Amino acid sequence: MTAVTYLEAIGQAMREEMRRDESVFLLGEDVGTYGGAFKVNVGLLEEFGAERVIDMPMSEAAIIGSAVGAAIMGMRPIAEMQFIDFITCGFDQIVNMASKFYWRSGIPAPMVIRGPSGGGVKGGPFHSLSPEAWFFHIPGIKVVVPSTAYDAKGLLKAAIRDNNPVLYLEHKLLYRMPELREELPAEDYIVPIGKATLRRAGENMTILTYGAMVHQSLKAAQTLAEEDDLSVEVLDLRSLVPLDREAIMESVKRTNKVLIVHEDTLTGGIGAELSAILAEDLFEYLDGPITRVAAPDVPFPYAPPLEEAFLPNADKILVAARKLAAY
Amino acid sequence: MQLERADLLQIYYLMRLTRAVEDRTRTLFLQGRVVGGVYTGQGHEATTVGAAMTLRDGDIILPQHRDLGMHLTRGGSARAVMCQWLARGNSPTLGRDGTLHIGDMHHGIVPSISMLGESLPVACGVALTMKMRKHDTIVMATCGDGATNTGPFHEALNFASVQKLPIVFIVENNGYAYSTPTYKQFAIENLSDRAKAYGMPGEHVDGNDVIKVMEAVGRAVKHARGGKGPALVECKTFRVRGHSEADKADYVPPELREEWLQKDPIKRFEAYLAEKSILTDAVKSEIEAKVKMVVDDAVSFAEQSPAPDGATVADYVYAPDGPIAVIGEPGADDPRYVNALDTRTGEPFNTVTDDASSITRYEAQEVGRR
Repeated sequence: MTAVTYLEAIGQAMREEMRRDESVFLLGEDVGTYGGAFKVNVGLLEEFGAERVIDMPMSEAAIIGSAVGAAIMGMRPIAEMQFIDFITCGFDQIVNMASKFYWRSGIPAPMVIRGPSGGGVKGGPFHSLSPEAWFFHIPGIKVVVPSTAYDAKGLLKAAIRDNNPVLYLEHKLLYRMPELREELPAEDYIVPIGKATLRRAGENMTILTYGAMVHQSLKAAQTLAEEDDLSVEVLDLRSLVPLDREAIMESVKRTNKVLIVHEDTLTGGIGAELSAILAEDLFEYLDGPITRVAAPDVPFPYAPPLEEAFLPNADKILVAARKLAAY
Repeated sequence: MQLERADLLQIYYLMRLTRAVEDRTRTLFLQGRVVGGVYTGQGHEATTVGAAMTLRDGDIILPQHRDLGMHLTRGGSARAVMCQWLARGNSPTLGRDGTLHIGDMHHGIVPSISMLGESLPVACGVALTMKMRKHDTIVMATCGDGATNTGPFHEALNFASVQKLPIVFIVENNGYAYSTPTYKQFAIENLSDRAKAYGMPGEHVDGNDVIKVMEAVGRAVKHARGGKGPALVECKTFRVRGHSEADKADYVPPELREEWLQKDPIKRFEAYLAEKSILTDAVKSEIEAKVKMVVDDAVSFAEQSPAPDGATVADYVYAPDGPIAVIGEPGADDPRYVNALDTRTGEPFNTVTDDASSITRYEAQEVGRR
């Protein structure tokens, strides 16, 4: 058995699900012959043919809309956005068509929309988006964000098998990150949607995070342990909708301090909702202000010094964590 | 096109029923009994009934808000429509949505949304499934002149043509998108020309002549069913009422409206049938009685139906787990499938009538209905 990258884990999930269930198929721009802009889909066209790996015209409404149409027929389409930024071009199909379908008609729409999100690769304002907050706000769609190769595979399999529209946000910075290579189980497995996981146990503070920021948070937690003698817990949410409130409550009730970290911009982000939940439900357990580390409220910039200033990282998390610890 | 007497009377019945259901809906609206806005398709009956009459069992339609005639022709229930207008708890959307946004995949009707044009990409996915699964069924998707100006219209036509999907696109050009006349919307004479840009056949037809509509749409259906890909038919008609019943449509020149009222599709079809001695006074009375019976029944059924319980407001947002069947394949209605029944209620989808007042038949003649 060989260790696989996060990217290969995504490809494995699609391949295995397409083998398991002939109603699963992939459609998107350059997904077939080219294998996807990041080569996530390499080999799928050869194995499954052009009917199940469909190279689409540059038409996001048609990609997502066709996925909806196939889903209500009982198929399980995977619609790939070449970069998740382009999801805006198919926004209406998600928020007005897919997300409300079952609710208003009783007709399920089992489909996955996936694509590379996130920054750190000098992608600039149109190739670096973290779009989760827009969809977090839409009832009827699930949102998952894997941070490891194991979860990338298990969450995608769970998303494909789910009977609802699922937005699967893969982080392009993690695609080929060597330290994320891991050996995956030979047997079939899923990571259930709606379950957070503890990446590091601790007593003094909980960091709530997801996606690429899990790794920055773990790095900061390690430094805090070594330099500050602080024991910091890192909870990887993995699934934003539905949110694992139980895991959040359990952790924060123990640590009594909470730091929320996300790559998306601050205002109206996932952290805002998490803060509200904590303030409403755990007010008496909190021994310090709910603190957020997020990108500033500006568009995603291109130049390296600007991108660095924009993105949260372990150093910025350290500063916030130390301030919170000292409170 | 050769049509039997029974077929012709069936068509006439469906056109009359469509008009009557809408007339009654308007009355209910004026009486304040419809909770939201009312959008009707008076003048569209030849287009909507005629186009849908060309379909077969297993075909799937994606109708829009003025396409009651399509719903009824494909077996849709007048009771369900009335429950929907009156926002009843047993409406097909359980009171979650209004207008004609209703459907049932097993009976080949995909519910639409208010963002016009967005059903067309969905039609591509439905047709793509039929193609992948080698079904011999086709899709009929409609839109108005307004929606031909949206991106999804063009994306859908292009993709459908590239993949040779079995779709018939019906463009109902009724002269206005709300208050905006066609000359402010596009600079071409015939919207059927847009088909050419995507490499599919397109023709335009008098949308108020039901026989002509059936002939033109029949050609498009034959093309699509023959595996040659999509085709488009522009049915030229007119919206003789406002966009909604709240719209007086005083922006429409009175003489233009009068001209089109003279071209009323039902009057024209009546004249045609009378000329052929098919529609006798006796038959006409019989049809009118049946229409009245179905409409009265629908209204009374809806009025006796309960409003939804406010306590259910948070329900039904997510579909449950379980196996899903591919629509149109054997056993797809086996209740072990999550999409076989309406899992919100555990009952069959209720968009299609199954009671004694079965609305889609005038005589004991199975036509244009599954």
